[in-house]
Amino acid sequence: MARRAAALFVILWIAAALLAPWISPFSFSDQNLTTRLEAPSTIHPLGTDDLGRDVFSRLLYGARVSLIVVAAALLLALLLGTTLGIIAGYYGGLVDKFLGRIIDILMALPGILLAITILAYVGRGLIPLVLALTITAWVGYARLCRSVVLSVKTRDFVLAGRAAGASNTRIILHHLLPQTLSVLTVQAAAGAASVMLSEAGLSFLGLGVQPPMPSWGEMLSTGCDYLLEAPYMVVAPGLLLFATVWSLNTLGDASSAGKERVRASLVDTL
Amino acid sequence: MRRYIIVRIFLFLPTLLGVATLVFLLNRAMPGDPVDVMLGENAPMAKRAELRHALHLDLPVYAQYARYLEGLASGNLGRSLRSGRPVASDIGRAFPLTLELASAAMLLACLIAFPVGLAASWSGGGGAGRMLEAASSAGMSLPSFFLGPILLFFFAVEWPLFPVSGADEPGSLFLPAVTLAVPMAALLVRMVKASLEEEAGRDYLRTARMKGLTKMEVLRRHAFRNAMLPVATVAGLQFGVLLTGAIITEKIFRWPGLGTLVLNSISSRDYPLVQGVVIVFAVVTLSVNLLTDLLYTMLDPRVRYGG
Repeated sequence: MARRAAALFVILWIAAALLAPWISPFSFSDQNLTTRLEAPSTIHPLGTDDLGRDVFSRLLYGARVSLIVVAAALLLALLLGTTLGIIAGYYGGLVDKFLGRIIDILMALPGILLAITILAYVGRGLIPLVLALTITAWVGYARLCRSVVLSVKTRDFVLAGRAAGASNTRIILHHLLPQTLSVLTVQAAAGAASVMLSEAGLSFLGLGVQPPMPSWGEMLSTGCDYLLEAPYMVVAPGLLLFATVWSLNTLGDASSAGKERVRASLVDTL
Repeated sequence: MRRYIIVRIFLFLPTLLGVATLVFLLNRAMPGDPVDVMLGENAPMAKRAELRHALHLDLPVYAQYARYLEGLASGNLGRSLRSGRPVASDIGRAFPLTLELASAAMLLACLIAFPVGLAASWSGGGGAGRMLEAASSAGMSLPSFFLGPILLFFFAVEWPLFPVSGADEPGSLFLPAVTLAVPMAALLVRMVKASLEEEAGRDYLRTARMKGLTKMEVLRRHAFRNAMLPVATVAGLQFGVLLTGAIITEKIFRWPGLGTLVLNSISSRDYPLVQGVVIVFAVVTLSVNLLTDLLYTMLDPRVRYGG
């Protein structure tokens, strides 16, 4: 039930993102100061913001921005993390130590602090945002892949491959990569949720995409300034963000549930 | 074991050096010139050269790097480009407030998570257990920048029980601490539950039951204690995340801590201040992680004597 609702919502999010230019009733950037902070009506189903822009249209375009950023950052992070993680795990030694130190340094700036630091110096914009999120997210995938490779690289099928004269490249691509992929797909949905939260958080702090491009986080931040006059400006993007992140998290849980043992009650086992 | 502790302590400094270097490189890579920030872009050349010399910007990069590290080692974080005050004094004023907020949130999160997690694992797969599970997954998906405005609207605007912003009035800590605590509590509930369930199947609990202890006693005296060790470790390691999460919460409630300081300095391009705050965050995170690790090894006899 929850899983179906989550899947449906993710599909809606993706559809809204893809179709935004065709289904939004207004432009996301046209300002109209005579209609500022209007309550929801038949013309503006979710009201207007402080510059008279249609909130509904901006939410649709915000979905587009979040989908682009999440997809790009997640793919880049997976690519980088998998490559470096497998190399470190497989070759070990100095390569592994070096990567370990890099990861230690990046983890010393936890949460969104690393992304904030990068964006503080590089400046805001779509590409800096994607890169900052990638640099924050790849670490987790690298550690995961490294540990998977460490646990399978001495297994018989890898040794057999090597005994048969397979090159390192071949062993990595044909034997190790498939092993990591099954673990990574389980992580993908939860990873998307966390990248999405970070994107919205950075936008909320004014470090997201350039205005007037809308983002749900930036809309929430503007809404905070008009909490008294127009509380709906916070409610709509907030609920959407919550629902999308929850759906991605729920799908992530569902895809990993198959691998967990059935949880019994503590009392039953005592 | 002792070897492990020594290695951990020795890794602290290189990691910190790495963070400092990263920030230095970012500082060098940034577009624009700090002299422009301080004097404006139309300042006369002579004045610019004078300031450039005073800031040691006319030195080669490696010399600047050496000076920078030298300063860090003696606790000198430089001066703010805007106010001219030492960065360390601004941070000294803001840091206790952030620490207060993060500690209150962590305390609150633990106060929520331990009883709720216990109740959830007690009821297992039943209706109440599923409800708690759902509440925890909702809590983990609730962004603080949505929860914060909601709390503000209801408990500071509609029913003015708490102050809207700032840190001066009594009770002003409450709403930001709750905002920061909820996602952390949701995460910890899961950890408590999973950890208790992990422990539940162990033989020593059956033995304890067999020798006549009641279920409650077994839970309290044996299972709970052992199960809490990994949870406490996670809580400790998450403290850094809580600290940086405070950046967003501080913006919502205009809490004048490190988060507000770093955001203001980013928008006024006061790079020495940004640099100082980032390094302080890193020092605190690394120290808490190290302490957590050491405490864990001290509390768990298996690790202590293990090898």
